[in-house]
Amino acid sequence: MKKRIISLLMENEPGALSRVIGLFSQRGYNIESLTVAPTENASLSRLTLTTMGSDHKIEQITKHLNRLVDVIKLVDLTEGAHIERELMLVKVRASGAQRAEIKRCVDIFRGQIIDVTASVYTIQITGTSDKLDAFFHSVGEAAIIEVVRSGVSGIARGEKVLSL
Amino acid sequence: MEKLSGGDMLIRALADEGVDTVFGYPGGAALHIYDALFRQDKVNHVLVRHEQGATHAADGYARATGKTGVVLVTSGPGATNAITGIATAYMDSIPMVVVSGQVSSDKIGEDAFQETDMIGVSRPIVKHSFLVRRQEDIPEIVKKAFYIASTGRPGPVVIDVPKDITNPVDKFDYEYPDSIKLRSYVPATRGHAGQIKKAIQMLLGACRPMIYAGGGVVQGNASKQLTELTRLLNFPITNTLMGLGAYPATDRQFLGMLGMHGTVEANTAMHHADVIFAIGARFDDRVTSTPSKFCPSAKIIHIDIDPASISKTITADVPIVGPVDAVLDEMLELLNASSERPNENSISDWWTQIDEWRSRYSILLNPNYDVNSEMIKPQEVVKTLYEVTGGDAYVCSDVGQHQMFTAQYYSFDKPRRWINSGGLGTMGFGLPAAIGVQYAKRDATVVCVTGEGSIQMCIQELSTCTQYNLPVKIICINNQALGMVKQWQDMQYNSRYSESLYEDSLPDFIKLAESYGHVGIKVTKREELKSKMEECFAIKDRVVFMDIYVDPQEHVYPMQVPPPTGSMRDMWLSKTERT
Repeated sequence: MKKRIISLLMENEPGALSRVIGLFSQRGYNIESLTVAPTENASLSRLTLTTMGSDHKIEQITKHLNRLVDVIKLVDLTEGAHIERELMLVKVRASGAQRAEIKRCVDIFRGQIIDVTASVYTIQITGTSDKLDAFFHSVGEAAIIEVVRSGVSGIARGEKVLSL
Repeated sequence: MEKLSGGDMLIRALADEGVDTVFGYPGGAALHIYDALFRQDKVNHVLVRHEQGATHAADGYARATGKTGVVLVTSGPGATNAITGIATAYMDSIPMVVVSGQVSSDKIGEDAFQETDMIGVSRPIVKHSFLVRRQEDIPEIVKKAFYIASTGRPGPVVIDVPKDITNPVDKFDYEYPDSIKLRSYVPATRGHAGQIKKAIQMLLGACRPMIYAGGGVVQGNASKQLTELTRLLNFPITNTLMGLGAYPATDRQFLGMLGMHGTVEANTAMHHADVIFAIGARFDDRVTSTPSKFCPSAKIIHIDIDPASISKTITADVPIVGPVDAVLDEMLELLNASSERPNENSISDWWTQIDEWRSRYSILLNPNYDVNSEMIKPQEVVKTLYEVTGGDAYVCSDVGQHQMFTAQYYSFDKPRRWINSGGLGTMGFGLPAAIGVQYAKRDATVVCVTGEGSIQMCIQELSTCTQYNLPVKIICINNQALGMVKQWQDMQYNSRYSESLYEDSLPDFIKLAESYGHVGIKVTKREELKSKMEECFAIKDRVVFMDIYVDPQEHVYPMQVPPPTGSMRDMWLSKTERT
């Protein structure tokens, strides 16, 4: 069982996303995270999802995704060198002595404090999912009030592209 | 350019696509479309009695003709009633286009009268679907729907049309596209040349080869190529339930169907094979039995148009993605150009072994039922049907024991003659499917083999036969129980017949048939079976409902010992004997 990042280009049509998601529930596959938005070409959407599975299962998933009429091209980013990023917005309790400590922690993780009140910091951090997880441990889960994660986006390194 | 309303465009597009017949049922959201249908004469419509019947009829029509079956239903219950038939077509890869009415665009999502999210409800059981948002898109959507439904691995496509889109007032330019290209959908047109060469080498080196051909050969119109290749190589061949007729069943090289109720000789040959050549078949669980015990010494070559069917449950050593006809054509070309042939001695030894199995186990050579029984045996009904129809009828089947007996005892020599719900196993399929076939093949002998359970699931279509004068012959193998359920209850639940008996509640099918204007023939005596069957088929212009009472205790054998213990060759031969 390995974590895989599957990235695909599909028609930016109503119903296309539900077909992708439906495929996963219908065939008993798991989606860990999902992110989707139109590309520079408004007729195309780029969808990135992470899933877990054996090589055989991942092969079936990619074959079934490719079979969907709306899906144009697909790549398993984890097969090659790639960059992955996830954006997280997190609200933490920050009062008294903690304020400075949390600020230091945000700096170490190269995050930004994007909103401040007397008792709360709202922080933005990007990075791999592991890095975001590590931030939780550093700040301490007790301090965390609310978490919003975007899900993983990814792109291949170097010349390799996924385009029409 | 011609200007047409949305409703007129839809019907005109069907006509321009070459559609001659639509099976359907009107209702509120589809009324503009039905009015457009009324005002033209190119597209015929068959009014069924239930939307499930419409989908099965269109399905039968498609299976018999190779053309795309077309269904027209209204929104809400019309659409949901069509679902079982769409799922049936999806599982068996049948080309079908279903046009469903929808509530007006401005009402969608408001829980309007007869509103159902048809796109959502049908999503897991369609190849693709379209919700029409603008009238101008109709010609292109119809073109795309037929293209998608009928190419690649065929399947059903839904076009959901809100009522306002079909209103007769607003008119738009109409031009039907000659062809269509979709950047996201490009089915393979030929197989990979290198893989094909590898496959040929493997076939030439085989000592115990087996050809395993499925519904893809029938749907892909590749029976001719399959037959030529099988004969050229002198290999034994088996067909799946969906593939029956793909290779002539009366031919020496044919070992019968494989799988759960396949022949012992086919299953045993599969088990011992060193090379299995799978063509347009998908290693269904009713074929493989326990996957981990499947054909332990075999290398597998697998041709399929659908990459997702390859190595899904059984890993292929030589996968070839492509249309079976094109791939087999290429293989034949290469083989014909070469003098290399499989080793004659090993193939001849293999045939000696197979013929030994065949002489010991063949149910056609040695019937596996009591031929001296006083009661009519269901197998004998099918055998008699085969004799009386000269083996040349279109046989539509329902689902259950009668289906398996027909697959075992009616030897299909031609493709598209055996029409049954293999994947979904839909009871109620038989009669409406027969209606679709008879409508397409007016002069052909069309039979519906059914049971007293299945026939009652779509029995309302007897009325459709009357309206369109479709003289289907219904062979109801009546064992007064849900036979296959009862068989499993005998085998696995100590004969506790939980809800599989009707307790004298069956209708008088003869009177029922007569009430629709049909002929009813009841058979209870064995000695009358053949003469009554001849009487039935002598009546050319009427529906005949033959209600044939058979031995209710009969089981379907051979039957594979189910997973997780059984391999292909482990089979029950009767209630007490095993291989």
